[in-house]
Amino acid sequence: MKLKEIIELLDGNLLTGKDQLDKSLNTGGASDLMSDILAGLSEKCVLLTGLTTVQTVRTAIIAGVGAIVFVRGKIPPTEVIDQARANEIPLLSTPYSMFVSCGRLYSKGITGLDGAQ
Amino acid sequence: MAALKKEYHINKNDFIRAGEASIGVKNVLKSLDVDPSIIRRVAICGYEGEMNVVMHGGTGKLNIEINSTNIVLDISDNGPGMANTELAMERGYSTATDEYREMGFGAGMGLPNMEKNSDEFKIDSAVGKGTRIRMVFSLTHSKE
Repeated sequence: MKLKEIIELLDGNLLTGKDQLDKSLNTGGASDLMSDILAGLSEKCVLLTGLTTVQTVRTAIIAGVGAIVFVRGKIPPTEVIDQARANEIPLLSTPYSMFVSCGRLYSKGITGLDGAQ
Repeated sequence: MAALKKEYHINKNDFIRAGEASIGVKNVLKSLDVDPSIIRRVAICGYEGEMNVVMHGGTGKLNIEINSTNIVLDISDNGPGMANTELAMERGYSTATDEYREMGFGAGMGLPNMEKNSDEFKIDSAVGKGTRIRMVFSLTHSKE
């Protein structure tokens, strides 16, 4: 699924990554625990989280995450958005909860990190 | 590949910079054209180790040495040390504070994840003497 389709499905507000709307993201992981992301097959996935600290973006850089979605309308501080921009990681904010966001993506074919459906 | 060594300093509670050493390591390995799957494993181990030092370890350092056959990541600190490293290695065991948990850490996954992602893993720790973790990643026959 392309990033632009994810934005549409989640009624998302793109915070950075305008030049990556055609980026493909086929797996997803949802967690507020950064070690879960680091321990999983999170490369090129979409990461859904409620955690808006700079460590979320650093975890994404280290693990090779493809895009980050902040749930429940959360917007991270400017320096977090700047760090994501510098590392070419798209960020978006969705008004939906973690549960509903996952359901919307899952119902359109995004699988778990290990490909599970 | 010519041998390359780099050292990064890590400070307790410095969450603003925490992770920058590992991102630095990742960029160095990228510039050397190391296999991306190995870069990811080294970066994950470095980051987990770096966060441990920031949360528990006092002042520490992360050393990386790259030669033609392997990458050695050596993370040490002068923090309180651990009385029981076997317990610390158990998945889910954590001594992190609520403050650290709110930042997404302290799930008790760091050390097991480092062991899983490295080809050789050695931890030395003693109360009052700090902690040292040495990890080796083979560039010739990787576990993944």
